[in-house]
Amino acid sequence: MSLAGWARWTWRQLTSMRTALFLLLMLAIAAVPGSIFPQRSADPNGVTQYFDKYPDVAPILDAIQLFDVYTSAWFSAIYILLFISLIGCVVPRTGVHWNNLRSAPPVAPKIFARMPASVAVKLSKNTDIPARAEMLLRKQGYRVVRSGKAVSAERGYLRETGNLVFHFSLIGVLIAVGVGGGTSFSGQRVLVEGETFVNNLASYDSLSPGTFFNEKMLVPFSVSLDKFEVDFDLKNHTNVGTPLDFRAFVSSRLSPTGAANQAVIRVNEPLAMPGANIYLTGNGYAPHITIRDAQGNITFSGANPFLPQSSTYTSLGVIKVPDAEKQFGIISFFYPTVDTLTTGALTSLYPAPIDPLLTMNVYVGDLGLDGGVPQNVYALDTSKMKQVAGGKSGVKGLRLELGQTAELPAGLGTVTFDSIKRFASLDVSYNPGGLWVLIFALLSLAGVTTSLLVPRRRVWVRNTADGFEVAALARGDDPILEKVVTEVAAELKASTKKGKK
Amino acid sequence: MGIVLNEGLSQISLIFIYAAMAVYTGAFLTFATHLSRLASEKKKIRTAATKLERIGIIVMFVAAALHGVGVMLRGIAASRVPWANMYEFSITGSFVVIMIFLMALAIKDIRLIATFVSGFVLLVLGAATSIFYVEVKSLMPALQSYWLVIHVMVAILATAFFNIAAALSVAYLLKTAKWKNKTKKVSTFRRILDLFPAVETMERLAYRFNIIGFILWSFTLIAGAIWAERAWHRYWGWDTKEVWTFIIWTIYAGYLHANATRGWTGRRSAWLGLVGFVAILFNFTIVNLFFKGLHVYSGLK
Repeated sequence: MSLAGWARWTWRQLTSMRTALFLLLMLAIAAVPGSIFPQRSADPNGVTQYFDKYPDVAPILDAIQLFDVYTSAWFSAIYILLFISLIGCVVPRTGVHWNNLRSAPPVAPKIFARMPASVAVKLSKNTDIPARAEMLLRKQGYRVVRSGKAVSAERGYLRETGNLVFHFSLIGVLIAVGVGGGTSFSGQRVLVEGETFVNNLASYDSLSPGTFFNEKMLVPFSVSLDKFEVDFDLKNHTNVGTPLDFRAFVSSRLSPTGAANQAVIRVNEPLAMPGANIYLTGNGYAPHITIRDAQGNITFSGANPFLPQSSTYTSLGVIKVPDAEKQFGIISFFYPTVDTLTTGALTSLYPAPIDPLLTMNVYVGDLGLDGGVPQNVYALDTSKMKQVAGGKSGVKGLRLELGQTAELPAGLGTVTFDSIKRFASLDVSYNPGGLWVLIFALLSLAGVTTSLLVPRRRVWVRNTADGFEVAALARGDDPILEKVVTEVAAELKASTKKGKK
Repeated sequence: MGIVLNEGLSQISLIFIYAAMAVYTGAFLTFATHLSRLASEKKKIRTAATKLERIGIIVMFVAAALHGVGVMLRGIAASRVPWANMYEFSITGSFVVIMIFLMALAIKDIRLIATFVSGFVLLVLGAATSIFYVEVKSLMPALQSYWLVIHVMVAILATAFFNIAAALSVAYLLKTAKWKNKTKKVSTFRRILDLFPAVETMERLAYRFNIIGFILWSFTLIAGAIWAERAWHRYWGWDTKEVWTFIIWTIYAGYLHANATRGWTGRRSAWLGLVGFVAILFNFTIVNLFFKGLHVYSGLK
């Protein structure tokens, strides 16, 4: 075979229905590992944990992109081939359909009885059946052509139109996802009550931008968290502690001197700002703490967010005090409603602060902040530090109730638990492709529904020596083909009787 | 903000579900006996069996009524739609299966798969009450959206249509199988299968149930994406549940293509339809309970 021959053969294979079927099933199978292995896009922490847990296997899995399945070379290869196959299939079909739409229904077959549904009716008097049939079928929405004694009719062109709209819309979905994803961004920011954040790169705790994203796309609005409210169920006993509602009361400003707009962000109710929506994705406690050195000078004062560890909001936080004479850090647990287990360990009974308690383990030594390397604010690297309170240090860990002040060990000064604030995790997202994805997805849904539910059929009627006959042929599934034939025959017969009267 | 959960009512709901299970067992046994009687070589027994089928259908209606009351009471007890966790999804979903089946009885004679359907619903309710059961609870904030009504209801409907199609496909596969073994049991079994609708009819019916399922599933997928955009700040993020929704959609898209491909209709496409349904069951059970993701609503510890 020549090169062109091979090319043609390959193209025909690729665009065949069989290949489309094969590629669809491949795509289904290829998507499975993404639900088994943690994915960087959906669960980056899971990937890190996987590497820690299986250090031998993880790099191998990573090499074959099992942590990035949906952007992997092999997954992409399958769907790109699938879409090429799709284009190669629907483009010629569009041409064929276009011609079909403009051509007359095919002439009647020689032998009606060979069609999947047919019936012969005897009439005593020979009335003008073709004319009556033409009128009847036209009224039923068929395209009708009369040639001599026979009538050819066809309907359901929408079936193929729907099919083509469906497939072209899928291409639209793919393009909108790609282009939209490229210009999108999603940034995360934790905001404690009273704090404000300005929409620029430096304010985000983390940011995942699309390929074509640039900083100029960020509109410089600001958002302050004025108050955060939570309702937990305390009435229904099977439901105690279940969150009923989260409300973030915010004020937003479009410019530093502009007027403040008050709004409430809820889980299913994001706040629409110019060029971004702001979503509420998490919340927790930020106990306000003040630390003074032995001379009474304040070395730390603030409300660090504590990450919730359980549904009752036992929360873990870290406080770093780099400005003290001796650097030290604190790993602290916060229990909103404290209770002691029989083992002696502390736990939280209820997520609202009914009986709050802070516990602290204190570490002295290099915090590692002076090197200029960015650090996780929620973790304390204790490898170069010495524990001076809690654990095996010989000194009991600190316990503080709200408003209490306690002496820090090793002459570090005192710590005061001033008040309890809450924080909200906000997600600022922008995806201009979303609307287009939705439009194409709805178009494809309309298309596929039409193509599956509108029957395409041809109906023929012909005069015979002693009456007439009707036959029909479905293209694709048609649940009522036989019914159509009997009904057309019955109505024609009835019309001849009416005509007589 | 206050909500009132009515625990007493949810207990009564559970009693109705148990009662429905007992009556479904009756229906299942009646249908099974009916099938075995039909396989009898004696004509008298075969004619008498028709009565059993009618009794079975009546029993099924009674069970469905109890089942329906159980579902409704659960919704009232929680003062919201009764499909916010796996237990509720199971009882509501199986109720929808029964409703669609009972309605389909009027249109098409698919009575012979009644044994499958009643058996399957019984199995689902058994799993629901023993494995998935949770006390009545309020909705977590992420679920407080009208999309819960739309997205999940349509998912339930799609599943129910796929379910009935799967039952038809099983019957189709059994009937078209080439039985090498020629023992007496096999020949009795084949005689029962002969009573089922013609293979072409079952294939076509399965196809029609599957296309309705596919359209509804596509809608669920889109509705889920719209909701995800509101609640999770992105319309699609390859969350495990999203992955499996996509896999199921792709398998059924393959099924539709198979039905238009020469050499792939008949048994092969029936198998594909079944693979799709197994994926749905997998998605509902294994993915819900053991896979990590954002759709964690079983309420089980």
